Amino acid sequence: MRAKIMDRAATIILTLIAVLIIGTLLGLLGFILTQGWHKLNLDFLTSPPDIVKAGGGIGPQLFNSLYLLVLTMLIALPLGLGAGIYMAEYAPDNKFTQFIRMSIEVLSSLPSIVVGLFGLLVFVNMTGWGYTLFSGALALTVFNLPLLVRVTEDAIRNVPRSQKEASLALGITKWRTIVSVILPAALPGILTGTILASGRVFGEAAALLFTAGMSSPDLDFSQFSLSGPTSPLNPFRPAETLAVHIWKVNSEGLAPDARDVADGAAAVLIIAVLLFNLSARWFGAWIYKKMTSGAN
Amino acid sequence: MSVKTLEKTIIRTRDVSVYYGEKRAVSNIRMDIDRNSVTAFIGPSGCGKSTLLRSMNRMNDLVPSCRVTGSIEVDGTDINSADVNIEGLRQVIGMVFQRANPFFKSIYENIAFAPRFHGLTDKRKLDEVVEESLRKAALWDEVKDRLRESALSLSGGQQQRLCIARAIAMQPTILLLDEPASALDPISTMKIEELVMSLKEEYTIVIVTHNLHQAARISDKTAFFLMGELIEYNDTSTLFTTPENEKTEAYISGRFG
Amino acid sequence: MTHRTDTPSQSGIARKMLTSNKRQWTENVTGRVIATVCAALLIIVVLSITYFIASKGLSTFFVNGISITEFLSQVKWDPEGEPAVYGVFPFILGSFLVTTLAALIAAPLGIGAAIFMIELYPNFGKKVLKPVIELLVGIPSVVYGYVGLTLLVPFIREQFDVLGFSLLAGGLVLALMILPTITSVAADAISAVPQDLRNASLALGATRWQTIWNVVLHSSLPGCLTAIVLGMARAFGEALAVQMVIGNTTKLPGSLLDPISTLTSGITLNMGNTIQGTPYNNALWSMALLLLLMSFVFIMILRIIGRKGRVNK
Repeated sequence: MRAKIMDRAATIILTLIAVLIIGTLLGLLGFILTQGWHKLNLDFLTSPPDIVKAGGGIGPQLFNSLYLLVLTMLIALPLGLGAGIYMAEYAPDNKFTQFIRMSIEVLSSLPSIVVGLFGLLVFVNMTGWGYTLFSGALALTVFNLPLLVRVTEDAIRNVPRSQKEASLALGITKWRTIVSVILPAALPGILTGTILASGRVFGEAAALLFTAGMSSPDLDFSQFSLSGPTSPLNPFRPAETLAVHIWKVNSEGLAPDARDVADGAAAVLIIAVLLFNLSARWFGAWIYKKMTSGAN
Repeated sequence: MSVKTLEKTIIRTRDVSVYYGEKRAVSNIRMDIDRNSVTAFIGPSGCGKSTLLRSMNRMNDLVPSCRVTGSIEVDGTDINSADVNIEGLRQVIGMVFQRANPFFKSIYENIAFAPRFHGLTDKRKLDEVVEESLRKAALWDEVKDRLRESALSLSGGQQQRLCIARAIAMQPTILLLDEPASALDPISTMKIEELVMSLKEEYTIVIVTHNLHQAARISDKTAFFLMGELIEYNDTSTLFTTPENEKTEAYISGRFG
Repeated sequence: MTHRTDTPSQSGIARKMLTSNKRQWTENVTGRVIATVCAALLIIVVLSITYFIASKGLSTFFVNGISITEFLSQVKWDPEGEPAVYGVFPFILGSFLVTTLAALIAAPLGIGAAIFMIELYPNFGKKVLKPVIELLVGIPSVVYGYVGLTLLVPFIREQFDVLGFSLLAGGLVLALMILPTITSVAADAISAVPQDLRNASLALGATRWQTIWNVVLHSSLPGCLTAIVLGMARAFGEALAVQMVIGNTTKLPGSLLDPISTLTSGITLNMGNTIQGTPYNNALWSMALLLLLMSFVFIMILRIIGRKGRVNK
């Protein structure tokens, strides 16, 4: 009898835990979105921030976040693909491979602030660039590489072995087999993982404080050179991203509506992250279906 | 250059053994396989017939622990010698697997992929190769209007014929078929069998099969394997009617296997 | 060339087999080299992170001549005083306290949620709870910090009539952040328990809960420990969310409601305001080195648990 009661009690408690977690997520999202809802207008999304007066927006920060994401992925994706291919297709069972595995493990458990500090030493000070978008992108590459390598490796390992055999049996070289047969078949997995990694890049702040910096020059959006000091596209300029902005406004905001700005910025960030997450979900499913069925 | 008449034997194996780690899967195989004929490998599961087949185009290279000793000569060239280019070898010897494994690409791309890789880039010529290969594989009429569709939209039997067409497109000399019909329904199986018989005009075919009736129907010669050894190798009609070895007789009469 | 007397057909086959394709060969080798270089880059990155952080972090002791034991055990942090005192014990203590608190809260919840979603209602778990957990992982840490700052800190302030910025706030925010990690890793471990074990227990007349408690949790223990340690590693290294809600004083806390500092918050707040090469700045790098070493320690613990888990199976 006692056992029966225990069983019931445990079921109830575990159910309560599940409800609590779901409730927390809904509460979080609800809170952030209701707090920031009134700020979600075009003016807030496009105008520059104001340090001391009310009415500032997050335009440059939003742009910086997106641009940094693109830069990071341009660097990190090829490296992640290459290393993932190595781990899935070439890595022999030896010390070198073990060492790489351990490196991946270490990198993925490094606190992002430590990655940021490493970036400060190497990509900011040693290179002499100062705080730049590019330094930030390199730090975020270090931060995301282990995830991308793992995603690629898993996706490649999930490709049926028969695909590889079919290609090799046709006298196709191993490298071309990887590039033309295995990678396309692994694409859904890689894409899903990449989008999730993008979400992480978009929301990351600690690794950027001391690499991309905590301020932006007054961007001149009519200028599109890669080198002008106020050109938005110049990768060698400092850039405060949306996530960094939220942190800064919350900890040292001076403008009277700092709290308001933080509300709006948090809502924008959370919406962006939700979009990344949901699109990873359906995009992966969609492309997989497209590749494996007759729909064309 | 002296011109000899074509030798009858195209594949010649001498003392071929295949090991997986310490375990010997195939022992001292000695056999000659005739040009432009169908040779069937039969025997119970695990008898080494597929392993031997896969060492003929060096697919066993994919298994790190696998080691092949002895010599396998194709037209007088030892395929395991250092100066053999494995991509070239596999162009000469095509292979079709137990389960149909079309690429996750369109029907057209499945066929055109390898010829293009091997240097055929002319669009018109590629189209020709695709059509010819599909015709030879008796698939053209069924797919000619949907070449751009995914190969995975085909039925299992069609997929397997597509894989045969894909191998033919390489213009190989030899085709290795590893139980090509074992996963198919009877009608698809029949189509594959008809196809194999029509293809032997042009190709040397080695087929591994579980199905004794299939071996009897389509092959010219049959090799019976048991526990990694070649027990008997003879004309198919002889082997099935008057086997020399009692184990062969026991197997073909259904007493084990 | 080999001197073979080939028939036309023979030469065709032999030519295909024996001529090597230079272009293919080059492509194959290039591909292999590129992949290997990318993989080797991972090692280079890890080694250089270790090297650079260590060389900066050690200069506090070897260049500025501060004693390591004092650095670690002094409870006073006054880098701008006369004389300057660099005692990072409050930061270390804060990091450990807040991590432990977070683990104490999140471990039962996370493992409970994992049991719920694997053992009790797998369908609901897969369709609802798992996506919810994945969404929680995706929320950026500054957003957690922001919510903690705007919701949790005022709440604690009103309830307990204190400042609000506190160890408790930090622990709660971190617990929420590591909950998804613990849940998903523990869920993997639990679902790896063979069904036969459950059936055997149920067949002996055990209730579902007895089966879960005695059989499932017992055999997935290493996995659940891994989950908790992974969560703690994440909590220990988290910077901004924590820094936003803990108040950042270097006084030792007397209760859960007192403000604290952590290694990460100390670095975050001061790294930008100190001058490169000064003892103050170097001391911050030493704190970073401590963080790095701690993440090595966590990895070692994970490896030991992993090895034990394998031996038991």
